[in-house]
Amino acid sequence: MEITLPATIENVEKVTEFVNAELAKINCPAKAKAEIDIAIDELFSNIANYAYNPEIGKATVKVEVQENPQAVVITFMDKGIPYDPLKREDPNVKLSADERGIGGLGIFMVKKTMDSVEYEYKDNHNILKIKKNI
Amino acid sequence: MTINTNKEGEKLTIIPEGRIDTVTAPEFSKAIDDNIEGVKDLVIDFEKLEYISSAGLRVLLTTQKTMSKVGTMKLVHVSDVIMDVFNITGFVDILTIE
Repeated sequence: MEITLPATIENVEKVTEFVNAELAKINCPAKAKAEIDIAIDELFSNIANYAYNPEIGKATVKVEVQENPQAVVITFMDKGIPYDPLKREDPNVKLSADERGIGGLGIFMVKKTMDSVEYEYKDNHNILKIKKNI
Repeated sequence: MTINTNKEGEKLTIIPEGRIDTVTAPEFSKAIDDNIEGVKDLVIDFEKLEYISSAGLRVLLTTQKTMSKVGTMKLVHVSDVIMDVFNITGFVDILTIE
């Protein structure tokens, strides 16, 4: 199943609902669902904010369910400027409130909560694939 | 999302319901900003919160920095899902969670 729509912040909710409908079919546990929903928010909003800035382009989100072991694979594709979020340095999560910035926290959470995160630039597309074992 | 606020003198309680994500974080931020004046005791009740993404963490960090100067801020009824987010990001050391 896949959905293609303008990459805007407002459409984060549409993508979340689209993926959640698939998760409901496999009775995805609440914790995994929340982690996947957070990942969608982080990754789709990144595309909305940066991929085509200042223009608005399209993004495609594909959901696949694998069996044995059961896993959900979500692929985000856009034709924006090439950007590998995995190259971003992890934030220092040991700093105090006053010392901390907030940059990089979103992709860091995705890396920590998903079982795999892969980036590829192919045929003029950013392709980011996340996998969560259920 | 729905945000309930309850202000009694210098105590403010904020109860966000639903998700705090990129779309809703500005509403959450505004609910705090609109009510924070004169507050020394801020309680954020996460009982009805499904999850929070980094956009929401940004608001919590900013608010914590503000409250540290004038009073206290604490989070109550934090679910396991949200506690995991705080653990992963190190926010567990920055925030007061009861």
